Amino acid sequence: MSSTEPPRLRHTALDALHRSLGATMTDFAGWDMPLRYGSERDEHLAVRTRAGLFDLSHMGEITVTGPQAAALLNYALVGNIATVGPGRARYTMICRVDGGILDDLIVYRLAENEYLVVANASNAQAVLDALTERAAGFDAEVRDDRDGYALLAVQGPESLAVLKSLSPKHSASLVQGGAPIADLDGLKYYSVLSGTVAGVPALIARTGYTGEDGFELFVAPGDAEKLWQAITEAGAPAGLVPCGLSCRDTLRLEAGMPLYGHELSLALTPFDAGLGRVVKFDKEGDFVGREALLAAAEHAAAEPPRVLVGLVAEGRRVPRAGYAVVAGGEVIGEVTSGAPSPTLGKPIAMAYVDAAHAAPGTAGVAVDIRGNHEPYEVVALPFYQRQK
Amino acid sequence: MSNPQQLRYSKEHEWVSPVEDGVATIGITEFAANALGDVVYAELPAVGDTVAAGETCGELESTKSVSDLYSPVSGEVTETNQNVVDDPSLVNSAPFEGGWLFKVRLEGEPADLLSADEYAAHTAG
Repeated sequence: MSSTEPPRLRHTALDALHRSLGATMTDFAGWDMPLRYGSERDEHLAVRTRAGLFDLSHMGEITVTGPQAAALLNYALVGNIATVGPGRARYTMICRVDGGILDDLIVYRLAENEYLVVANASNAQAVLDALTERAAGFDAEVRDDRDGYALLAVQGPESLAVLKSLSPKHSASLVQGGAPIADLDGLKYYSVLSGTVAGVPALIARTGYTGEDGFELFVAPGDAEKLWQAITEAGAPAGLVPCGLSCRDTLRLEAGMPLYGHELSLALTPFDAGLGRVVKFDKEGDFVGREALLAAAEHAAAEPPRVLVGLVAEGRRVPRAGYAVVAGGEVIGEVTSGAPSPTLGKPIAMAYVDAAHAAPGTAGVAVDIRGNHEPYEVVALPFYQRQK
Repeated sequence: MSNPQQLRYSKEHEWVSPVEDGVATIGITEFAANALGDVVYAELPAVGDTVAAGETCGELESTKSVSDLYSPVSGEVTETNQNVVDDPSLVNSAPFEGGWLFKVRLEGEPADLLSADEYAAHTAG
């Protein structure tokens, strides 16, 4: 008997359903999550061409309310949250005093004085702790809502049609008393509204992590299974399939989106990650990390750090996180994420490389794949961009 | 998932066909293929290579990981499945048939292989 048993995995409200669908499960940040239901390649292509349904209930929801909610978030995060209008969303980051990235976040402004902060599962507790600590002196409340929401995502070009068939405005069957009518057509990218889907009250956000059009639905955990079944049934004729985290990772990689723990970490500032644009020095008041980030911005301008680039294989061997990028026999960088790309049909990777080798088309770049130097082409990110 | 009765199995999840003219066909099991996920790259031993039971002789790469390929028998490689090199998804779609990996002219009788039922018990744990 081992005295150090691994901590028990947490299960989402859809756990039994995933098992009934024969999902291969995986431990992701302490949660037992579906990795894939069948072929991850098929799931990936379904999202690119039709639609996919994801359980993302491991994501960490934190609600911030009160007269100074916006002021608190402006102080605690690097973005200018005060300029986010009600019903809109913003991609942003939370940094430590030394400028290191604690997490990347999406902040939804639900009402005048109410914000929903969505953190990565692996960082949710750290974000909650930081927000709580930073809230001292502000007339605002930080609430742990991780158990308050299940999160389902419908992603892919058919998602709008699938959800419209389930929303009161579009299915004449039920207009509930007083329930807001969800105008999904009018819901812009990075916007959120409160409505009902398949009779289930939901925060409906037009956001995602796949590079496709799509929606994220925050619902009560008790409603998750009903909603999942309704979306599955309504989406079946359009080719919607359940999708696991494996294809979510290849989808976001093709779309050039960073993943915390890979492209982002405490050791990097947003400027190191090529995402300095999320830091707003011109906003009102001080914010945590401001001084260190100013220095990081100056340093990045004067002496460019390693640059995040895309790599596309000429061969078929797949680069993995941590593999060295080499040129002329020297290590010039490191792979942060790599996978076979279902859309391109070749292995792809994101890597931090020395600025001298970062220009698209740079010759002579290779990845050390278990001792073999496999040639790779340097390309601009993203690898894939949907036609709008 | 059913493991064909006429095959024998290694604990590393390879299967070995009945021997014909001293040659056995090797592949990985459906259990292993499912655990790997979509196979995207197969590096097989070369024809003429000598392989040894229990030792690595190639690798299979899937979306999430790369895994060593172990030979379940000892002998000389007489043929490799070019179809799998060209289309590694055959390992997932037909692990016991079109997704076979290589053939070996055996040196002696293979040892320590499991029957289909024994292998099923091994993977049930």
